[in-house]
Amino acid sequence: MDFSWRIISPEIAVLATGFVILVVDLFLKRARNTVFTTLGFLGIMIAIGLVFRNFGILATSFGQSSMSFQNIVINDRMGLYFKLIFCLGTLLTIFVSSTYVKREMRGAGEYYTLMFLATFGMMVMASTTDLFTIFLGLEVMSIPLYVLAGMYRSRARSREASLKYFLMGAFASGFLLFGISLLFGAFGSTNMIEIHQRFAYISGQGMILAAAGAIFALIGFGFKVGLAPFHLWIPDVYEGSAAPVTAFMSAGPKAAGFAALFRIMSLFVPALEQNLGAILWILAVVTMTWGNIMAISQTNIKRMLAFSSIAHAGYVMIALTVGGSAGISSGTFYLLAYTIMNIGAFSIVVLFAGNGEKYEKISDFAGFGSKYPFAAVALTVFLLALAGFPATVGFVGKYRIFIAAIESGYVWLAIIGVVNSLISVWYYIGVIVTMYMKPAAADQPSAVGLSPSLLVAILVALIGTIGLGLFPDLWLKLADEAGRIGLASVSAVISNIL
Amino acid sequence: MNWPILSWIVFLPLFGVAALLLIKGNRHNAIRWTALLFTLADFVLTVILFVKFDGSSDAMQFKDGPTIWIQSLGITYSLGVDGISLLLVVLTPFLSAIAIASTWTSVTDKVKGFMVSMLLIETGMLGVFLATDLFLFYVFWEVMLIPMYFMIGIWGGPRKIYAAVKFVLFTMFGSLLMLLAIIALYLSSSPVAIGRTTDLTVIMSLTIAPETQIWLFLAFALAFAIKVPLFPFHTWLPDAHVEAPTAGSIILAGVLLKMGTYGFLRFCLPVFPEATVYFMPLISILALIGIIYGALVAMVQKDVKSLVAFSSVAHLGFVMLGMFALNMQGITGSILQMINHGIATGALFLLVGMIYERRHTRMIVDFGGIAHVMPVFATIFLIVTFASIGLPGTNGFVGEFLILLGTFKSNPVYAIIGTLGIVLAAVYMLWMVQRVFFGECTNEENRKLVDLNGREKLIAIPLVIMIFWIGIYPSTFTGKIEPSVKKIVERVNHDKQVTAATTGSDDESTGHENMESGEN
Repeated sequence: MDFSWRIISPEIAVLATGFVILVVDLFLKRARNTVFTTLGFLGIMIAIGLVFRNFGILATSFGQSSMSFQNIVINDRMGLYFKLIFCLGTLLTIFVSSTYVKREMRGAGEYYTLMFLATFGMMVMASTTDLFTIFLGLEVMSIPLYVLAGMYRSRARSREASLKYFLMGAFASGFLLFGISLLFGAFGSTNMIEIHQRFAYISGQGMILAAAGAIFALIGFGFKVGLAPFHLWIPDVYEGSAAPVTAFMSAGPKAAGFAALFRIMSLFVPALEQNLGAILWILAVVTMTWGNIMAISQTNIKRMLAFSSIAHAGYVMIALTVGGSAGISSGTFYLLAYTIMNIGAFSIVVLFAGNGEKYEKISDFAGFGSKYPFAAVALTVFLLALAGFPATVGFVGKYRIFIAAIESGYVWLAIIGVVNSLISVWYYIGVIVTMYMKPAAADQPSAVGLSPSLLVAILVALIGTIGLGLFPDLWLKLADEAGRIGLASVSAVISNIL
Repeated sequence: MNWPILSWIVFLPLFGVAALLLIKGNRHNAIRWTALLFTLADFVLTVILFVKFDGSSDAMQFKDGPTIWIQSLGITYSLGVDGISLLLVVLTPFLSAIAIASTWTSVTDKVKGFMVSMLLIETGMLGVFLATDLFLFYVFWEVMLIPMYFMIGIWGGPRKIYAAVKFVLFTMFGSLLMLLAIIALYLSSSPVAIGRTTDLTVIMSLTIAPETQIWLFLAFALAFAIKVPLFPFHTWLPDAHVEAPTAGSIILAGVLLKMGTYGFLRFCLPVFPEATVYFMPLISILALIGIIYGALVAMVQKDVKSLVAFSSVAHLGFVMLGMFALNMQGITGSILQMINHGIATGALFLLVGMIYERRHTRMIVDFGGIAHVMPVFATIFLIVTFASIGLPGTNGFVGEFLILLGTFKSNPVYAIIGTLGIVLAAVYMLWMVQRVFFGECTNEENRKLVDLNGREKLIAIPLVIMIFWIGIYPSTFTGKIEPSVKKIVERVNHDKQVTAATTGSDDESTGHENMESGEN
């Protein structure tokens, strides 16, 4: 029972960065975005460095996960992989936000502080084996997000989004907490390792309690990651929030929710295969199909991307349904892919929507193909990646998920998945059609100028989308190792402790 | 040979893209010349490949790889060429060069984007023909869709968006199921190699249970059948062809459709031999329906371009019919006919494009008697028409003859129905030629038409040369492909015999016969 500060050093770095920005903001006469961006960039880079340093611990202990803080914090490859995803998402969002915050929100240090707080919450969620700590992480993540959603004060829809998000989020938290309490009732513990140990000893009634608890927890997380039918808040909140905030919300928090789900479900699915497996299967199918079908009819680009994010949660649900190390590793890699390509797409939305986000309609982009060739090509790449075209990271991600599904015998799930990919091509291509093939309106909207920081975000996302599309091997291997957290690794941890 | 000539062939057009990006967008001629030069350089490389190719071997030659590409998914980078792909590889830059040269005056808007798409398509097509890894093949197969989609959607005709989106969705639908089949093959490859892989040589060595073969064959065949297109998956083709710009149509008809037929030959036949035999009647019948249906619909077209588009459905039906005769003559004829169709239909689209540029209409009724006004154009058009309907002495004859010979040996009834298709082809093509070129020149506007200029002649002449070369001396080409065809035939028929033995039906002779018998 040691208190290994090294294990939680990335979290500390992120939290500290958030507070440093808050303090610096106090001493600045005028909010300076360059300062915040630089500080944020440095903080994230340090956190990333510390994450890699913690990979080193695993290397010296032959990949054995280690526990700390009374078996609450776990240092394993899955947690570290997810922390990299969060850091990447936050990093990209900082660059996307930089001039935007200055322009639309008159610059605010608290914007960045909230973002770092949320990132801290996500990291906690990904690196704990205690259900209650997961809940704490979830709240630390969610509350800043409620505020961020409402920070675009000049627009009423942003306030509406914030309130909606908060009410729905509170509901979801309630479900989750209720689920955890049921699980505690069944097992007498909130620690997954202890729960795992006690699985063999609980009675039939206890099993019913456990199943109910797992389902309630699933519903709670289902709200957060946006599974149909718990997705209703997503379109409104994504549309109402400022575009960089939407980009942030769609990537990291979703990944964090899935990180927790992967851990919890890998605990329960083997024992409750019959019931829980079927529920997950149905959720996966409903989520991706509903998201894709609804996205077709959207005319607002942010709403379209909101529904598409639901569909992508559905693809990750395939991975969760498949479960096991193959499922988890494919889902983990997919979330990395999704973070890159989706924030990439939103960075172009920030650009194209213009001052005050006046031009959110897809039809506003008519003629942008020749007016803004670079940005249009970038958006095309991101949308094709989201649609899952080869040579992009989106394709590798889907390929990996479908391999996992077919390997484990979920052939129909894979077939439904590819049919959904086909449906999604329809609406992603629709945006490309508008940009390149529709004539521009007489009073053609104009995008905002391309600031250096936004350019960096776009380029990083582009390189990530295509680079990882062509050479994903390193990240696939890391994800494969991350996927082995399943029960084997947890029980290894237990034997270590005992 | 250590110099990776295949990689150069595939990626040279990409270097062309890089070069194009450095040129300013308004220097149209510089852009056109750069694209053309890179394509011609690629063509030279493929000719070197053709000359150096050892026609007596049935193995993959000039192999590049397999190099590990994505280790954790067992994906390799491996290229290779054999008799099946050789001719198509040469055809691709040949037709691309002609397509690029045809745009000199017809594409004046966004020239840079057009040429970039063109070169990207070229890389994609060459990659499809040369890839010997399933994943790599799939990447090229899909990536090529996007530039083609842009080409139809940006530079196309009035209904371009509809045609472009339909093209993408149809093709994607087939290829996504193929993707699942590729994954299934990958997963079943484990017992053979050290790890799982998508390398084709390993996949070929697998023994797959017949029931599994049937499903996987269907998934692959759907992707390829849509691309070919085999009846009833052809509905995207007339739209795409009619709306595409001339250069796009040339590439689409000339090379892109061959990706489907090539896919059948490369993957379906050798990897799923038992399923191939099982599905032989179905596909042959669909091919026959395509032949007759395509011809009948072509007959009633008012627009020359859609007439040529429907004739493609019929011609590709012949290619499929010959291939699924599953004997030497049939498959050799089928490969040759792929090339023939590429040349003849490519030429037809080129010529239709030339007349469209002058008159801005393609309706048959708008023309009549223009042979008097444009004698050179009319002559070339007539030669190409003869090639298209398979007159002896032209390339079309050799291909169709071999196909019908092969089909007759495997099923005489199919061959008789197929022959009917040739008659119909003669009817619709000659009728169209008669209405467009002969008779009285009634429309005043047609009297002012100018005959082909030097550039246009220069583009058309290589096609005419190829028509006669293949028509008169086909063994230059058939000689290189026979060993590879023989290998496939043996592979399929081995299983056929096994199936025949188990069901107790007649055993069929599969002896290798001298191909020279099909020539004058």
